[in-house]
Amino acid sequence: METFDLSVVWAIVVAFSIIMYVLMDGFILGMGILFPFAPNEEARDTMMNTGAPIWDGNETWLVLAGTSLLGAFPLVYSILLPALYIGVFLMLAGLIFRGISFEFRFKAKSKNSRKRWNIAFAGGSMVVTFAQGAVVGAYIEGFETQDRVFTGGAFDWLTPFSVMTGLGMMAGFALLGATWVILKTEGHVQEWAYQIASKLLWMVLGVFAIVSLWTPYIDASVAERWFGHIHLIWVLPALAIASAAALFFSLKRGHGKLPFFATMSMFIFTYLGLLVSRWPYVVPPDYTLWDAASAPGSQLFLLVGTLIVIPVILGYTSWAYWVFRGKVRPGEGYH
Amino acid sequence: MELDPLIISRLQFAFVISFHAIFPAFTIGLASFLALLYGLYVKTRNKAWERLAQFWTKVFAVVFGMGVVSGIVMSFQFGTNWSNFSQATANFIGPMLSYEVLTAFFLEAGFLGVLLFGRGRVSPGMHLFAAIMVAVGTLISTFWILATNSWMHTPAGFEIQEGTFYVTSWFEAIFNPSFPYRFLHMGLASFLAGGFVVAGVSAWFLLRGHEIEANRKALSMSLWLLLIAAPAQAVVGDFHGLNTLEHQPAKLAAIEAIWDTESSVPLALFAIPDQENQTNHFELSIPKLGSLILTHDPNGEIKGLSEWPRDEQPPVWFAFFGFRIMVGLGFLMIAFAVAGLVLRKNGRIYTNHYFLQGLRLMSVAPFIALLAGWIVTETGRAPWLVYGIMSHAEGLTPSLTGGMALFTLLGYMAVYAVVFASGVYYLTRVIHMGMEEEKSDNDEVQSAMRPMSASHVSFDESTKPARS
Repeated sequence: METFDLSVVWAIVVAFSIIMYVLMDGFILGMGILFPFAPNEEARDTMMNTGAPIWDGNETWLVLAGTSLLGAFPLVYSILLPALYIGVFLMLAGLIFRGISFEFRFKAKSKNSRKRWNIAFAGGSMVVTFAQGAVVGAYIEGFETQDRVFTGGAFDWLTPFSVMTGLGMMAGFALLGATWVILKTEGHVQEWAYQIASKLLWMVLGVFAIVSLWTPYIDASVAERWFGHIHLIWVLPALAIASAAALFFSLKRGHGKLPFFATMSMFIFTYLGLLVSRWPYVVPPDYTLWDAASAPGSQLFLLVGTLIVIPVILGYTSWAYWVFRGKVRPGEGYH
Repeated sequence: MELDPLIISRLQFAFVISFHAIFPAFTIGLASFLALLYGLYVKTRNKAWERLAQFWTKVFAVVFGMGVVSGIVMSFQFGTNWSNFSQATANFIGPMLSYEVLTAFFLEAGFLGVLLFGRGRVSPGMHLFAAIMVAVGTLISTFWILATNSWMHTPAGFEIQEGTFYVTSWFEAIFNPSFPYRFLHMGLASFLAGGFVVAGVSAWFLLRGHEIEANRKALSMSLWLLLIAAPAQAVVGDFHGLNTLEHQPAKLAAIEAIWDTESSVPLALFAIPDQENQTNHFELSIPKLGSLILTHDPNGEIKGLSEWPRDEQPPVWFAFFGFRIMVGLGFLMIAFAVAGLVLRKNGRIYTNHYFLQGLRLMSVAPFIALLAGWIVTETGRAPWLVYGIMSHAEGLTPSLTGGMALFTLLGYMAVYAVVFASGVYYLTRVIHMGMEEEKSDNDEVQSAMRPMSASHVSFDESTKPARS
């Protein structure tokens, strides 16, 4: 097998892990963002119950993406993590707080300690989401490197553009969270979710428009990609907008399931759009995925195990979602 | 004063990994203990085994959860603070660390759920199988991590081209010269940690008269285990020392605070090493014993630290005192294991107040010894990150400033303080609740993914502690 093939296979594996993470942790983080706006404590309990059985399985994909980068594209790992140093810390700290509040909030009986875990849950989710969104923005903007080493400063990643993508991600995940709540609940919690989802949709579309207009001006190569000769890629934003339209009408007609899947599909096409903007550069603007690859022997050694384990994780995840399918009613939980 | 990102990054790594290591060290030993308990239950059908297994499964769930949470940081830290190291060695450490993650997730996906929530839903035989798989899985995880760590101590099976390591033999790289010793040493340390915690908690329950039959069984079992593991650890440690003498003589010289190369080296029981003047103060030592222990020959020659330039000498204090703390506690552990054998004659292990109180206190000893041991081995290889090839300074992230490193060091300390405080607080509540039967057990539908939901103890309500 040639180097070329392995690197592309790995690029697909990593890209797949990342989108799996975004979709699956996205709605749970989104519920965390919506936590302070929930109508009452009972609604918060119900929301948390919808995520409790599956959240830590979802986090699997993030760690998998991280170590896969080290194994298959060490250059990405060793440039992005230093460049995003502070952001990565905020994300990890937020994930830890979010994680332990999932564990301990259910076990907290007194009002005060419950309140503390609420704050940890909501705050953790917001910080994580903002950091992840800012990472996306920073990634589109590219990194300052020299001889395969990051040479920029601690806050290079924090720019007007990345702040906007960070806030945009918060709106996006909140929308995923709201449509998930629509899918999984009924009664007044669901009604509240319908209302908030409609508002969030406009916010997300606003951000989507700004990012779409802004992105081509960041870098000549991105502009060339979109306004060059490959017209087929315009299918991606078109599908994203079609998904948004499906979401709009399904919310209006009070569909239970469609809003969530329409939002997921919005995320998928936007994500693919971002990928094609920079492909095949994995450390924009200087390094392609072939520059970033580890030795073919190492990629192959790791690929064997990864291709065995990923189907198992997928199978297990589907099984868990299947077991916990259907609506969650107030006072009914798995804790 | 200029903040040095190198020192702060090393401190941060040491802090995060020490904090994290406590949990897996405990769960590795405990997982095998659980497998044994489920096995005994399947074989004898004695309810006492089942109750023990259930109680310790709850403890396992909480500790495992803490280990997962604290471990997330580890997989990113190599990139944030040690990016040059990551980039240079990724062809080896990348697949190793990824395989560890894959192993852990494979386990979590397959068997952890069955172990934690399978009671009443799968047959006891299947439950036992899941427990064995979890135990094997924790050992496989240890395998990958220690292969990586050992490779950094005694690198093998690679070639370097333009500053990047390429694996030439996976077998040689994984089974590098120090790996077998380190793996056994850490494996036994985990069994000692699990054994002493089980012994200590059982002793505490016995002192309070809680679940006498089951806890007597647990105490007796763990003391038999310790009687084998504690002396075995001394033997393995000795071989590990010989291996260190061969591959990392500077570390050995630092451990024994030997400054000049000599034969018939005495063994310093105590000293205040003085790196500045390259000498020891207040030394109390036994003639020839150093050579005898280290080379297995009373007249064996040992290289002193003065053989290395000052900037290639490891800091002596950590190695010297860390080693003495580890070995001292090791002997104390052997003493307790032997005392257990002596007291066993009239069944006094179950009733001797001093012995039981002592065991209670000894629960922390293996953890201190383990951390001391890691401090010895990790500071003892200074200034090398990959021994003899890449120094700490060369592996550091070039763009990292002291301020950034300090910010995250303090940040992680704050985050872990909250995690640790909540976790330990909750764990003590689980233990205080004792082995009461849980009524709510069947309400649980099938929440196969959250380790801590295996325990129903509330976080803050003042519920009745174990009957006394």
